[in-house]
Amino acid sequence: MKLPRFSFDLSLSRIGAIFLKELVQMRRDRPTFAIMILMPIMQLVLFGYAINTDPRHLPAVVEMREDGPLTRAFLSSLTASTFVDVVAVATNEAEAERMLRSGEASFLISIPEGFERRLVRGERPQILLAADASDPVAASGALGAIERIAQSAFAPEFDGALGFLARAPPPYEIVVHRRYNPAGISAFNIVPALMGVVLTMTMVMITSIALTREAERGTMENLLATPVRPVEVLIGKTTPYIFVGATQVAIVLLVSTLLFHIPFTGSFAAFAAGVTVFILANLMLGYLISTVAKTQMQAMQMTFFVFLPSILLSGFMFPFRAMPSWAQAIGEALPLTHFLRIVREVVLKSAGFGDIINDLGPLTLITLMLVAFALLRFRRTLD
Amino acid sequence: MSEELVIDVRGLTKRFGGRTVVDQFDLQVPRGAIYGFLGPNGSGKTTTIRMVCGLLKPESGEGRVLGFDVLGESLRIKERVGYMTQKFSLYEDLSIRENLEFMARLYNLDRRAERVDEALSSLGLAERQTQLAGKLSGGWKQRLALAACMIHEPQLLLLDEPTAGVDPKARRDFWDQIRHYSAQGVTTLVSTHYMDEAVQCDSIAYIAYGKKLIDASTAEIPKQIGLHAWRVAGRPLQQAQALLEASGGVEMVARFGAEIHACARDEAKLERAVRQVQAEQPHLRIEKIEAGFEEIFIYLMTGAADNFR
Repeated sequence: MKLPRFSFDLSLSRIGAIFLKELVQMRRDRPTFAIMILMPIMQLVLFGYAINTDPRHLPAVVEMREDGPLTRAFLSSLTASTFVDVVAVATNEAEAERMLRSGEASFLISIPEGFERRLVRGERPQILLAADASDPVAASGALGAIERIAQSAFAPEFDGALGFLARAPPPYEIVVHRRYNPAGISAFNIVPALMGVVLTMTMVMITSIALTREAERGTMENLLATPVRPVEVLIGKTTPYIFVGATQVAIVLLVSTLLFHIPFTGSFAAFAAGVTVFILANLMLGYLISTVAKTQMQAMQMTFFVFLPSILLSGFMFPFRAMPSWAQAIGEALPLTHFLRIVREVVLKSAGFGDIINDLGPLTLITLMLVAFALLRFRRTLD
Repeated sequence: MSEELVIDVRGLTKRFGGRTVVDQFDLQVPRGAIYGFLGPNGSGKTTTIRMVCGLLKPESGEGRVLGFDVLGESLRIKERVGYMTQKFSLYEDLSIRENLEFMARLYNLDRRAERVDEALSSLGLAERQTQLAGKLSGGWKQRLALAACMIHEPQLLLLDEPTAGVDPKARRDFWDQIRHYSAQGVTTLVSTHYMDEAVQCDSIAYIAYGKKLIDASTAEIPKQIGLHAWRVAGRPLQQAQALLEASGGVEMVARFGAEIHACARDEAKLERAVRQVQAEQPHLRIEKIEAGFEEIFIYLMTGAADNFR
């Protein structure tokens, strides 16, 4: 057998030739170069500032059935706390429940009637804490905090005539209800959300090369020479992938039921509406990228450039409410953020159309804006 | 008059980043004509064709193509024009038939399957209809491209160097096809580098640096240019060629195998130059000949026609 012979007759000039050629080509491909520079900056900012694994400022709704000096002290302690942000003080139970289900509040803190009277009698009244455990990370972080808040709120009050209450265990009881995911199984949170992540990745990526591929292969010239309208190209090119997306959704639903035993508690119609608009939003986002990218390589990089903040700022990896407000503002503009809320509300929190409208609306708006941008960007000529 | 002009545009101008690629271009093409575009690479032939079919927006200029405004009604024009691009621009991962059906659908044609069948058989592609377009040789790709841009029976054919890289037999078949369409009233605007193709055209526009330098019927071109030629033969020729090229009286020297054709527009100067070379190299035989299309097109393509400006 003959072994291949390696030549060690290396030339610095040949290496230099290739090195210089690579440098020139890198400089010519501006968008790629820009992404290479921007990517580390974006990652640093996102991971460094936006991501907070110690969730604070989670929205809470307080249901006050009693208004007295002790309960007021507790409320003001809650308000002052950085662990929770009291977004509303509700007097009726239905309203508080609605806020928890729609995700406007992550916690519901309920103080029962006759709390102070029973406290003084030593009957250990209950403070009810209902946490939205569809996001177990966000929930468990603040659960411990509530106990400390209660302790520090009541300590100055258990003084003088009420001094006898300053004992351990405390004269009240905090009862914790983990709603929507009582066992706190993180798969219940992650698996439905993964549907959104999978759709974002595949739908954006696949349509991001829709026009780029035509331009790169030279078939765009032929296409533009025909009387085809930009809208016709858009609809024709994206519709096939709606079916691909639907198939992916079916697969994720099947697997999450069979393997992870995730309950599907809400309205299927609401879910179908949410997932359809979400698929459309991603297809339009990808299509918009394909009107900008010059090569398929650029399209892939831009897809990743969109994908990264989607993962980090949507509430998929880290509790959305715990992010700084600028990061939340970016998150609100991402389709995945709204879809995650919809899918968690519907799958885990038995939500119907009424509950998801707050996210279905923005999602639809984002989709329409993407369509408008994509059509504006589409050039009918080769200019 | 304007009824008969399929293309009637004036002052078309196109710039790319400050560089004027097509400058004040006028073009009048009567119905049924085969109109040739000649010019060196980068002279603006492709850009002009693209402006005519609405693929590029001219910076200025006006006119009508097939009776529609070239600036405002490009969709109407696109519906009635067949454009064959320089580079193969159909889908290589679709079969021949799928490509034709795709085009037929884009033009909203009725009797789609029938038309596709007709196109396949008239171009001799029927047996290969399930073959992927990407697997075809250059000549077959060109046939397919022509079939695709004829599927909607356009009144105007724009062909951008349609026969580049195609063998002579396939080129001849291609031109037979074009003449066949022309006889049916289809107007053709074709750019080419081949002089045997240029001769097939009814009229010729010669373009260089984005300007039209010559525009005449093919028969009139020799008269218009007024080129004179001498044949120089004998061995060796190498030195004679160098001497002729250096001579001021000769504008173009073209080698044809064992002979040289020396051309210029100034008859007297040319004769003097050739005779002087013969005096230096007595073994050469010289003879005055008629300047044919071949000489004229080499003369045009070598850029000597710049003098016409």
